[in-house]
Amino acid sequence: MASLKEVSNKIGGVKKTAQITKAMNMVSASKLRGAQKKMEDFHPYAGKFNDTMASLSGGASGDYPLMEIRDVQTAEIVVVTSDRGLCGSFNANIMKLADKKIAEYEAAGKKVTLVCVGKKGNQYFKKSGKIRKAYTDIMGSFQMFNARTISMDIAENFEAGHADEVTVMYGHFHSVGVQRPTAVSLLPVKPVEQAAGEEKAASGDYIYEPSSEEIMDVLLPLYMNVMIYNTMLQVGASEQAARMTAMDNATNACSDIVSELTMIFNKARQAAITGDLMDIVGGAEALKG
Amino acid sequence: MAQIELEIVTPSGPVVSESVDIVTAPGFGGVFGVLANHAPFLSTIKVGELAYKQDKSETVLMVSGGFCEVSNNKITFIVESCEKGTDIDVDRALKAKERAEKRLAAIKAKGEKHNMVRAEAALQRALARVVVSKKSH
Repeated sequence: MASLKEVSNKIGGVKKTAQITKAMNMVSASKLRGAQKKMEDFHPYAGKFNDTMASLSGGASGDYPLMEIRDVQTAEIVVVTSDRGLCGSFNANIMKLADKKIAEYEAAGKKVTLVCVGKKGNQYFKKSGKIRKAYTDIMGSFQMFNARTISMDIAENFEAGHADEVTVMYGHFHSVGVQRPTAVSLLPVKPVEQAAGEEKAASGDYIYEPSSEEIMDVLLPLYMNVMIYNTMLQVGASEQAARMTAMDNATNACSDIVSELTMIFNKARQAAITGDLMDIVGGAEALKG
Repeated sequence: MAQIELEIVTPSGPVVSESVDIVTAPGFGGVFGVLANHAPFLSTIKVGELAYKQDKSETVLMVSGGFCEVSNNKITFIVESCEKGTDIDVDRALKAKERAEKRLAAIKAKGEKHNMVRAEAALQRALARVVVSKKSH
């Protein structure tokens, strides 16, 4: 049996771990609030944006480089993960989904390139040699211009013909308890369909300034921005939520271990006392002779 | 006077949602004004000054790129950023403008085309900020 000293040391250690995980849980909880607020603030913008896209792409006709549908030879996957770990299986799930998709593409004889947003994805895929570009340490601050840099690069790569299809993978924030790895097709941009039953002025009635084609030219890159920014916000919120749950579990596990160890400690202490008493009683008996 | 509903949304949330008399905005082909019951209209928005009047009181805002849609007596601006003129510090805006000018000059000297677009955009924003802040102070 472990000595008293050893067990009490271990209890101290586990208690300290619990303190850290508990603190991390609370930090994540407050960060989650911020991330969720950002997501909610972004919602009206994205919503209005999509409405306009829908009313515009219905009336617009013409070829846009970002809407060009080509025979897929190279597929690009944008993997959006968090920068930091200790958030349960959140990042692993996204990577698993990406791995599956890569295998699918490769089985069909297509080349795959990766763009990793967030440190974790970059670390995971580094050895595969498929990474075309990596953006790390940008998940902490949610800035629109970060999304712009990324989407501009992806658009350029697509227009140059180095990729014929772009998919984004990220952890979708369903609720604090549920974050699902999700894949969304980004390029070529598909015309947004108007929600059924929506009575809106027919898009042909609009006065466009400049022409609807030129507006689309401005809108499409912006649309990519919105998509990328949205995934980054989603991953930001999901990461904190996942970490919160993971740290809560860790704290619970710690308190379980502490109570187990305390039991062992008490038993050991009791055994030591019993042993000492036996010695004393034995000694007294011997003296009586 | 008939009024038109004005709504400005940015990625960091809705900024303005009011009924106003007239809106003037920096459109693709120059500044345009929108009154109540305007025909459906869609335009891209450049960096610049957006003003709206409401019972004789005028509010000036600085907006950066995006677009605007008019339909059903409602005008919606979907822009990347929007700042109220009264929130902008004139001195800071002036300093930012100087910095942007210097940066642009430096980049021009080096001939980096990629950075030039960005620097020009930054200067445009700084200029718009100066104009708007001077008007509202």
